[in-house]
Amino acid sequence: MRGRINAGLVAGGVLVGLVVLAAVVSFFWTPHDPTLVDAARKLREPGGGYLLGADKFGRDTFSQLMVGARTTLYVGIVAVGIAAVLGTPLGMAAGMTPRGWLSELIMRVNDLVFAFPALLLAVMLGAVYGAGTLTAMIAIGVATVPAFARVARAATLQVMVTDYVLAARAAGRGRAAIAVRHVLPNIGSVLIVQASVSFAIAILAEAALSFLGFGTRPPTPSWGRMLQESQELLFSTPRLALWPGLAIALAVLGFNLLGDGLRDYLDPKLRRIRAEG
Amino acid sequence: MTLYLLKRLAVLVASTAVAGVVVFAFMALLPGDPAEIALGVNATPEAVAALREQFGTDRPPVVQFLDWFGGLAQGDFGTSYVTSAPIGPQISDRLGVTAVLVLGGMAVAVAIAVPLGTFAAVHHRNPLGAAISAVSQIGIAIPAFLAGILLVFVFAVKAQALPSGGYVPIADSPGEWLRSLLLPWLSLGLVQGAVLTRYVRSAVLDVMREDYLRTARAKGRGSTGALWRHGLRNASIPVVTVLGLQLATLLIGAVVVERVFVIPGLGDLLLNGVAGRDLLLVQGVVMVLVAAVLLINFVVDVAYHLLDPRLR
Repeated sequence: MRGRINAGLVAGGVLVGLVVLAAVVSFFWTPHDPTLVDAARKLREPGGGYLLGADKFGRDTFSQLMVGARTTLYVGIVAVGIAAVLGTPLGMAAGMTPRGWLSELIMRVNDLVFAFPALLLAVMLGAVYGAGTLTAMIAIGVATVPAFARVARAATLQVMVTDYVLAARAAGRGRAAIAVRHVLPNIGSVLIVQASVSFAIAILAEAALSFLGFGTRPPTPSWGRMLQESQELLFSTPRLALWPGLAIALAVLGFNLLGDGLRDYLDPKLRRIRAEG
Repeated sequence: MTLYLLKRLAVLVASTAVAGVVVFAFMALLPGDPAEIALGVNATPEAVAALREQFGTDRPPVVQFLDWFGGLAQGDFGTSYVTSAPIGPQISDRLGVTAVLVLGGMAVAVAIAVPLGTFAAVHHRNPLGAAISAVSQIGIAIPAFLAGILLVFVFAVKAQALPSGGYVPIADSPGEWLRSLLLPWLSLGLVQGAVLTRYVRSAVLDVMREDYLRTARAKGRGSTGALWRHGLRNASIPVVTVLGLQLATLLIGAVVVERVFVIPGLGDLLLNGVAGRDLLLVQGVVMVLVAAVLLINFVVDVAYHLLDPRLR
């Protein structure tokens, strides 16, 4: 049974859709070259083909935002991908052997990784290999693994006591078969929700890292770095901070709303509990 | 309880040690020999060997690690390969600034979240309660450094009431110290307050459905009185857990906020260390931050046990 399509799901879907649209269109078309430096257009006011004006290097803000959406999605997809691919099997393994040494080991390592936030990992990776989009993605991805592992473990524990898993075990199915045929499909919705929420966190982390100079390197546009470059001009040209700031906030809001909406949609039980409250 | 405490303490010590190995191993991967880098390309092999001996980098990695990690326990973080200054005092100077920043941010978050979240839960059926939930959702989407930039725009650029950055030590001028920290506190606290509001709301909503609260109301306590006396302590259990996790988030958020407001804390020290390729300094600061996160998790776990008698 599925829940109703709710307002949060729609709003989140629209916001995420806008980010995806901007990113996809930017592959084929942007109003101007987002990396073209032109002193004549320095701090150009909005208008006349420059919808949101230009920055201190004369680069078109709107074009930069569009390509920035691409950077954001790229980092988010790879980081959440790393976290899901590593975290899900680990969490499932821990959940399927709740009293074994493997489970204990996985959860202890999980706790340890949890003590290394994305920012510290990125700074460490950056110090060793030189900071860039790749180190940012890996750092955010690895730091997100514990969240996936925990959620996957908790959901697996619930699935493992259901009648159909008991029946499968009684029928002599192996662990791997149970994991693939019964556990994974049934924890899928929880993982999708987690992916959406993690995506929002990844966007925040990428923005913070680029702001600090540990993320996407120039000239590739990134919302976080646009903010960092705008900070010194806050007194004279505040709009340069406004647009990337708005883009980050709306993208994060979108993924959070999408996550919440999906949770309600995929798991009507939760929605009912909340509605009773 | 004592047994639990001892077990948990052992886990803390073990994880800190393993974290130390991870941090050390990571930095050992760094390409280049610190002695060669310090002396430049024209150095003679003899000079490099001598400096290596002075740095102690000629010893096996295991010995180097034990020396470094053993020193940490006594507050000795080693001497910078780049500036030749001892690292420990630099870290302890900055630690206080960051701690004040984080605790102030936490205080702002709690001051916002507890009343707002409780109000939103009690009034969850009316528009104002729903509005609080919606606003908190927006707050969550704004990273601390963005909040900082917005606050600077409103209070420094437009109203010109507060400084846009910089830090004044409390010994120089308590008033200016406070003024220099107000915006950083707010940038950290508003965002975390928004996150925390949601947890407080759902925790209070949960206890409002409990039988003991209905009993208290039936005994003639007003619903506010019943919630005050019986509800909030129980609602505090999940909130304390989140608070602890948030303290760790705030610590990392402080690194970024220090950059926005040019505050000389640990984050500033860390980023300067990376920029100056000061390996041992980066290693030391990262270790302090990781140990702080582990310690926070330890305190949260213990507090959780103290608050919830069922776990004892």
